[in-house]
Amino acid sequence: MPDTDNLIKTVTPLPDPEAAKEALLKSYPTKVARKRTKHMVVNDPATLSAIQANARTIPGIITQRGCSYAGCKGVVLGPTRDIINITHGPIGCGYYSWLTRRNQTRTESDAEHNYIPYCFSTDMQEQEIVFGGEKKLEAAIQEAYDLFHPKAIAVFATCPVGLIGDDIHQVSKRMKEKLGINVFAFSCEGYRGVSQSAGHHIANNQLFKHVIGRGTTPVEGKFRINLLGEYNIGGDAFVLEDLFERCGITLVSTFSGNSTVDGFERAHMADLNCVMCHRSINYVADMIEKKYGIPWFKVNFIGANSSAKSLRRIAQYFENDELTARTEQVIAEENEKVAAAQSRIRPRCEGKTAMLFVGGSRAHHYQDLFKEIGMKTVAAGYEFAHRDDYEGRRVLPDIKVDADSRNIEEVTVEQDAELYNPRKSADEIAAYEAREFHFNDYDGMMPEMEEGTLSIDDISHHETERLIEMYRPAVFCAGIKEKYAVQKMGVPCKQLHSYDYGGPYAGFQGAINFYEDIDRMVNARAWAFIDPPWKTRTSPKLTASYGDQ
Amino acid sequence: MLPVKEAGTTIAVATQNACKACMPLGACLAYRGVEGAVPFLHGPQGCATYMRRFLIGHFREPMDIACSSFSEETAIFGGSADIHTGLDNVAKAYHPAMIGIATTCLAETIGEDMGLMLHQHAEKNADKASPLVVAASTPSYSGTHADGFHAATCALVNALAETDAAQAGRADVVCFPNMVSPADLRYLKEVLADFGLCHVLLPDYSETLDRPIAGEYERIPKGGVPISAIRGAGAARASVTLGSAFRPGQHPGAALLAKCGVPSLSVGLPVGIRGSDLLFQQLEDLAGKPTPEKHAAERGRLIDTYVDAHKYLYGKRAVVYGEEDLVTGIASFLDEIGVVPVVCASGGRSGGMAEALSATVSMQRGDIQVLEDADFVEIGEAAEAAKADLLIGNSRGFGLSRRLDIPLIRVGMPVHDRIGAQRIQLLGYRGAQALCDRIANAVIARDQERSEPGYMTM
Ligand code: SF4
Ligand code: SF4
Repeated sequence: MPDTDNLIKTVTPLPDPEAAKEALLKSYPTKVARKRTKHMVVNDPATLSAIQANARTIPGIITQRGCSYAGCKGVVLGPTRDIINITHGPIGCGYYSWLTRRNQTRTESDAEHNYIPYCFSTDMQEQEIVFGGEKKLEAAIQEAYDLFHPKAIAVFATCPVGLIGDDIHQVSKRMKEKLGINVFAFSCEGYRGVSQSAGHHIANNQLFKHVIGRGTTPVEGKFRINLLGEYNIGGDAFVLEDLFERCGITLVSTFSGNSTVDGFERAHMADLNCVMCHRSINYVADMIEKKYGIPWFKVNFIGANSSAKSLRRIAQYFENDELTARTEQVIAEENEKVAAAQSRIRPRCEGKTAMLFVGGSRAHHYQDLFKEIGMKTVAAGYEFAHRDDYEGRRVLPDIKVDADSRNIEEVTVEQDAELYNPRKSADEIAAYEAREFHFNDYDGMMPEMEEGTLSIDDISHHETERLIEMYRPAVFCAGIKEKYAVQKMGVPCKQLHSYDYGGPYAGFQGAINFYEDIDRMVNARAWAFIDPPWKTRTSPKLTASYGDQ
Repeated sequence: MLPVKEAGTTIAVATQNACKACMPLGACLAYRGVEGAVPFLHGPQGCATYMRRFLIGHFREPMDIACSSFSEETAIFGGSADIHTGLDNVAKAYHPAMIGIATTCLAETIGEDMGLMLHQHAEKNADKASPLVVAASTPSYSGTHADGFHAATCALVNALAETDAAQAGRADVVCFPNMVSPADLRYLKEVLADFGLCHVLLPDYSETLDRPIAGEYERIPKGGVPISAIRGAGAARASVTLGSAFRPGQHPGAALLAKCGVPSLSVGLPVGIRGSDLLFQQLEDLAGKPTPEKHAAERGRLIDTYVDAHKYLYGKRAVVYGEEDLVTGIASFLDEIGVVPVVCASGGRSGGMAEALSATVSMQRGDIQVLEDADFVEIGEAAEAAKADLLIGNSRGFGLSRRLDIPLIRVGMPVHDRIGAQRIQLLGYRGAQALCDRIANAVIARDQERSEPGYMTM
């Protein structure tokens, strides 16, 4: 058996990053290379360079990205269990997004609705494409109502719908009046925007306009927060819910892991918004703040250190001794288990390298987990994030709005005449800021990456292959579309969209799970067998003939 | 003929938990079976991403699908610029021998004139050695993934097959295998070779979607039917098409007959003894020799298995769902092993499934329900009403299997929740053997789990 250290042929020393970048661009046509080079940065924390992001993928270049329907219906609204989601369009779009994201949910009683196992589609046929599909949509909403009597119904448009001009918003409005339940629609046709990201924004807008703030039953609890941008993949939200409960924090709503429409409707009753995935949900945080006066800050519950830091920030925000004491106790309890796992696993992973190309926040957050077991991230990038997720929100004023972003509504928000209630006064906020405790901020991924590492936005299939050839990382993190190509190259691929059937990875217990899964992958025996013995052995016949001479 | 629940007469307006995917997906799969080809979607990138995810999850293999990445502007003004750029970039990055285009709903909705665009593209590139381009029209609002698969297969025939008898290595037979697993494709090639028939299998993704790990990655996988072989198909002595659920204009054997005059033979998807016998008879005639001993022996072993299994299986009631040809083939096989296919359901609606079933399933049992254009809600209701003991179909029936607490035997596509979908065998004596073992064992395992003493002899 080969030595575990050599299972994966890591390249040492690492290649020169500038040369690597050049190699990535080499086989592109000049025009493509000129565009792609702007999406690649050799990191230097001292002088942060600008990266191009959120730009249209070049036709014919195979991308990781999906469409805005996927971001809207799949990502943001998908994890909520008691809204019936109807896809308006031909069958494929709905079918492909049926139960494929591994977001979990847990009903609190048998009486509660859970529609996650269902996939409703108007399954448009040729006649609807030609003559319009509004009638069928209306009938489908009625049918869903008759069958299930849900609290709310959401309608999602796919590409052909926008083109044939069905007015899904009118239909929804009519049905809302008729049925007396909340019915709302999303114009999330896949051609809008350049990736899932457009769909997140569209989802945020409609949730804000049609759902948030409708609730009137008060929420009990001393320390009330919302968790934004947490989607309960592999059960992450359950871990976090448990942590909050043990600390004495009341979770009013999560957008949208393990969530209900009722939670959304009462989100304005929280006193703090904690933002996990900045990319997918920062719009809601901003809008809630403007309308209701709830401040937000960025948290990260991926990684044991980050989790502890985030819990402490929440405690600091509420400035309560009892909360602080309980939080510290929970952290101490959890850290004990974490330390034990680290000392077991760190020696088996130390010094190995990782690459992360995924999502809009995970490529950043998961670097912390690798650090905790001594692994270095040598290259990372997002699939659909914007410049602020790379370079921090300080670059927001410099981001150019192009045609692809311009067609997504910017909701104008005003203070609510009755419900606006700033949870912290301007002076209080200023006092926090003076202590380096920042609100409405996110520093982005790049400032935290080591010098000489690479940031690559919207990495293509071709670049992925070249990068792996040059660096031979011990593990490559991406999604299922990349997984098998990466593994054919002899490098394990960790799926960070669906966690490869594993998880949870959030919080302290999640960190331990992740260390164990990475250990299992990078030290798997299978990789050692790729080179067959006859490839390295000199032919016995040949040796014999040499001997004869 | 069996009574059929007709398309469109369903009570339900919406489709809940569909039992079909969309047309371009099938087309991309077919293109993957051509040597050196890259599938390309004309439409927005979301569709390509969803389809890649679906196929990759099923085969657990890389599957590149390029795309013209429609923007909102393209959606309004047309995608000719995007398709030129897209094709150029794919040609440059992949050096493919062929690019296979399938159209998405959006491209079809705006009425893209593919013929004209490809003509322009060819003119622009007249001076370069650019890859061959073949296109199929695949609007999902008028068909399922199976229809898309056949549409692309026909597009390949129509674009490439030539009558020119001077073709080197003239084939005896062209086999259109239908949408089956890589293992089944390999089996078909083995059978044809054992008969000594020089053959063309169209498409053939037996290697491209079940590849060895070598530590190096080839962007266009080895394998697939060579383009020259598709050209030569026009000079073959005959074609054999497996399956019968083809919509008008989508029968590949008929397309080859129309274009090149190659006689077209058809058998249903050969699952079980009778179906396989039909295929082997056709091959005996074409080869002019009896079935090779190896296969005759496999047939004998299969019957031995039927005998071993019949006590466990006789009278069991199964629900079969998936693509129409798959359902028809499996139902015919179930009939042989004494399992009643009480519900035969498909999301497709080519219209021929009931008739095909009538021909192969013995009618006297009477209570067989045929569902066309069905979704899993209808299938579930029918399954419950029929007191089914077993589900046979793809992974999307898992929820139903859990709810009814009956075993699911995974066949067809997608099989996303088990390893080895690419190696599930159905066809011929060997495939029926594997399937019979699996079904019998699923039934036995149930009985064993429920036996209180925990019998170890079943
Ligand atoms: S738009 Fe059409 S082609 Fe695209 S995923 Fe939906 S059904 Fe399939
Ligand atoms: S048709 Fe549009 S909405 Fe549907 S998958 Fe394709 S890009 Fe997305």
